[in-house]
Amino acid sequence: MAQTHDVESIRRETRTYIKVFGALAVLTVVTVAISYLHMPPALAIVVALLVAIFKGSLVAGFFMHLFHERKLIYWVLVLTVAFFVFLLLYPTLWELNLNKL
Amino acid sequence: MDIPYTVEARPDTGVYNAKLGIWLFLASEVMLFGALFSTYILLRTGAESWPHGRDLGLNVPLATLNTMVLIASSVTVVLSWASLRLNDLKKYRLYMGLTLLCALGFLVIKYFEYMEKFHHGHYPSFNTFFAIYFTLTGLHGLHVLGGIVVNGYLWGPGVKLWHRDPQRFTNRVEVAGLYWHFVDLVWIFLFPVLYLL
Repeated sequence: MAQTHDVESIRRETRTYIKVFGALAVLTVVTVAISYLHMPPALAIVVALLVAIFKGSLVAGFFMHLFHERKLIYWVLVLTVAFFVFLLLYPTLWELNLNKL
Repeated sequence: MDIPYTVEARPDTGVYNAKLGIWLFLASEVMLFGALFSTYILLRTGAESWPHGRDLGLNVPLATLNTMVLIASSVTVVLSWASLRLNDLKKYRLYMGLTLLCALGFLVIKYFEYMEKFHHGHYPSFNTFFAIYFTLTGLHGLHVLGGIVVNGYLWGPGVKLWHRDPQRFTNRVEVAGLYWHFVDLVWIFLFPVLYLL
């Protein structure tokens, strides 16, 4: 719970938030710089998505404190991710099936 | 009648109710944006050729600046929550105020971007790229607007609750912050997908 934390640990958290902000800013510059390298499209997509996933994990893990969250929230997210992946893949699978006909 | 578990954690869930509530809401938001990302992938893979956002005049430097602005607002909102936990209302107001300024700045920059597109006749009807571009960024922009309303309330009149029930107010700010980080998270994916790839 929020206020059972002592002052020192909150200050430590605050320093972490600032560091995460720095990392996010650097990664934003990196992802823009990489896009000017004119890599093959498939490689460019993989690299850009990997950077985005890493940035997203920093936001979710530290700012949304998912690294120290209760089990129930993890379960909500596991379900969400499962449905999300299904949502992304379903149209593609459907298309593939259609092409076989 | 008091609403139960606004402050203390519910024994069976281990969290206060609003926190579970916001995560369930965010789960539904993932599905909403997920459906549109899925649409984007299908449109792109189904198209004979797909333009590079940059070649269609998307402004990468401006969008990079907007990414920075949104990331900055994410850190200020989490700092505003940390300030409340340190019993520092003044700092809370400062950080939440900065969050609001960043959010407004994001929308102003987005407005100029949109105007630039319209000026060149690039409306959603121009081609498939702009159709999905305006759908995704427009929906995201509405989320930013929603965040401004909630954060604005918590910065202004909502502070009253702090004097009556500080822990409950702190939890409200945490929950609003979780939503705000999600809006940032969506942009972290929208930015490379629409502007850089």
